[in-house]
Amino acid sequence: MAFTPVTFVFLLMSAFALGGSLGVVINRNLIHAAMFLMLALFGMAGLFILLEASFLAAVQILVYIGAISVLITITIMVTRRIMGTTESVNKQWPLAAIVAAMIAGTLGFVLLGRFQNVEPVGAVPDTYIAEMGKALVSHQGYLLPFEVASVLLLAALIGSIVVARE
Amino acid sequence: MGDIFTTISTFLIGLLTGLGVDPLLAHIIVAFLGAFLIANFVLLILIVNIWLERKVIGRMQDRIGPNRVGPWGIFQTIADLTKLVSKEIIIPSGADLVPFMAAPIVAVASVILVWAVMPLAKTAIGTDLNIGVLYMVAVSSLGIMSILLAGWSSNNKYALLGAFRAVAMLVSYEVPMILTLMVPVLLSGSMQMGKIVSDQQIWYGFSMPVAALIFYIALTAEIGRSPFDLLEAESEIVAGYHIEYSGFAFAIFYAAEWAHAFTVSALMAALFFGGWQGPFAETIPTLGIVYFMGKTFLIYFMSMWLRATLPRVRIDHTMSFCWKFLIPMSLILITLVVLVDKLAALAIGESYLDTTTMLAMTPRSLALLAVNLVTGAFAVWWIGVMGRRERERLAALEIKHVVIETSAAGQQAK
Repeated sequence: MAFTPVTFVFLLMSAFALGGSLGVVINRNLIHAAMFLMLALFGMAGLFILLEASFLAAVQILVYIGAISVLITITIMVTRRIMGTTESVNKQWPLAAIVAAMIAGTLGFVLLGRFQNVEPVGAVPDTYIAEMGKALVSHQGYLLPFEVASVLLLAALIGSIVVARE
Repeated sequence: MGDIFTTISTFLIGLLTGLGVDPLLAHIIVAFLGAFLIANFVLLILIVNIWLERKVIGRMQDRIGPNRVGPWGIFQTIADLTKLVSKEIIIPSGADLVPFMAAPIVAVASVILVWAVMPLAKTAIGTDLNIGVLYMVAVSSLGIMSILLAGWSSNNKYALLGAFRAVAMLVSYEVPMILTLMVPVLLSGSMQMGKIVSDQQIWYGFSMPVAALIFYIALTAEIGRSPFDLLEAESEIVAGYHIEYSGFAFAIFYAAEWAHAFTVSALMAALFFGGWQGPFAETIPTLGIVYFMGKTFLIYFMSMWLRATLPRVRIDHTMSFCWKFLIPMSLILITLVVLVDKLAALAIGESYLDTTTMLAMTPRSLALLAVNLVTGAFAVWWIGVMGRRERERLAALEIKHVVIETSAAGQQAK
């Protein structure tokens, strides 16, 4: 495989995503774990850009880093006694490690089999955002899941307001 | 000479390839040069902006403003900068070093990254992404993260409180900002900044004045300026999230704040006041940057004016103004605009969506202006109702205005 600038960016972003994910699970300090989560999500956004899915990359940064990570960080900050470094709650980590390794192995095995002899797809058409937008609101597309998700979010919003008012 | 940007870039690429550089590499070098120039322009113009603002606000408040360093004090900012750079960066004990030092960098990066999609002139735009507006919102949301990082890693309760308050306010005001940002996107049918500007034969600020006003209010809150300067309310939270920063680290935060103020003026100019549009700007793109900067500084002057005039709003008032007034208003406006726009397009036909000339855009602009005026009138009435309700509530609580009786106190002293 030729070492092009794209390869370099791919390796860098993959390192961000993988290193960040590792940091999330092995860090004892919850705030640091949240920061590693942001790093992992940033790496994912970079990978989306390499795949010419700039819309997904922007949404990834806007929604996951700009909103969800802020939410997670604030949740950690306003919860008592979990801000500093915490001891592990129980001693089940060897068992958890075995389960995680098994899941990773299975997924890796399936994925490696899948990625043999794949052909690269063609270039992404310029109008893909417009097509995506139309698919979201057309009845042949994803109108129903889209509306159901909207209603779910609205219900969650109203529910949180009701909880907050008590 | 008409198009200075294309001329320079073709000249540089020609020069580099003439020197035996690979054409692809030459393009990359020129692109890097452009990015370097734009990023440094945003930071260097601050030297002028900070001096200008201190001078203008000084004059508005019947003071002289900086007048010691250089003629009219124009080198005051450079002197301040030298002082800040030469100072020690004090890191408080118990601070979390990596996020503590990363926060100012993220803050300033989130502002400068916006300039990558800023249409400076017809041929001068960093990269005309087809998701330009979304990109802009995404990178400016990183600024919120930097405030949280700074507030938390300082190990100071005032910094943390200031960060919480700042994030609550910024996240809230992002909602009306994004809702009204939909208006230029809806009208031009594109998220591309270049297309949004070139479609404004009639500026969107004229056809959608209420949307422009809501957007401007939300932006004023986003940059944390008067009347929304709660991020650094000295009497309440000392200085907010950057209380523990000193020396150059503070200077970077300060630069990010001022660069943000200038950037949102530029955004306002690009999205609602025609960007580089002006007489002959189509044919002579060099003129475009003059118009764009002129509009940006005019809007920036307005924000200085507001800052010099208005007192600070209380935090609960700020939040309820956003959630109970700005967001419902922008939702109503967007719904009405979409409805009327669609109906008018059906009634008039193909020519309605034509954006090539000012005359062709007139029917659409007039229809949208009517919607805006109706919504604006409703907003004024609603503010009146809310104000009356609040006064009645206070009257029911028997809270009267405290009048300081100076004459009585004076008589007692005698």
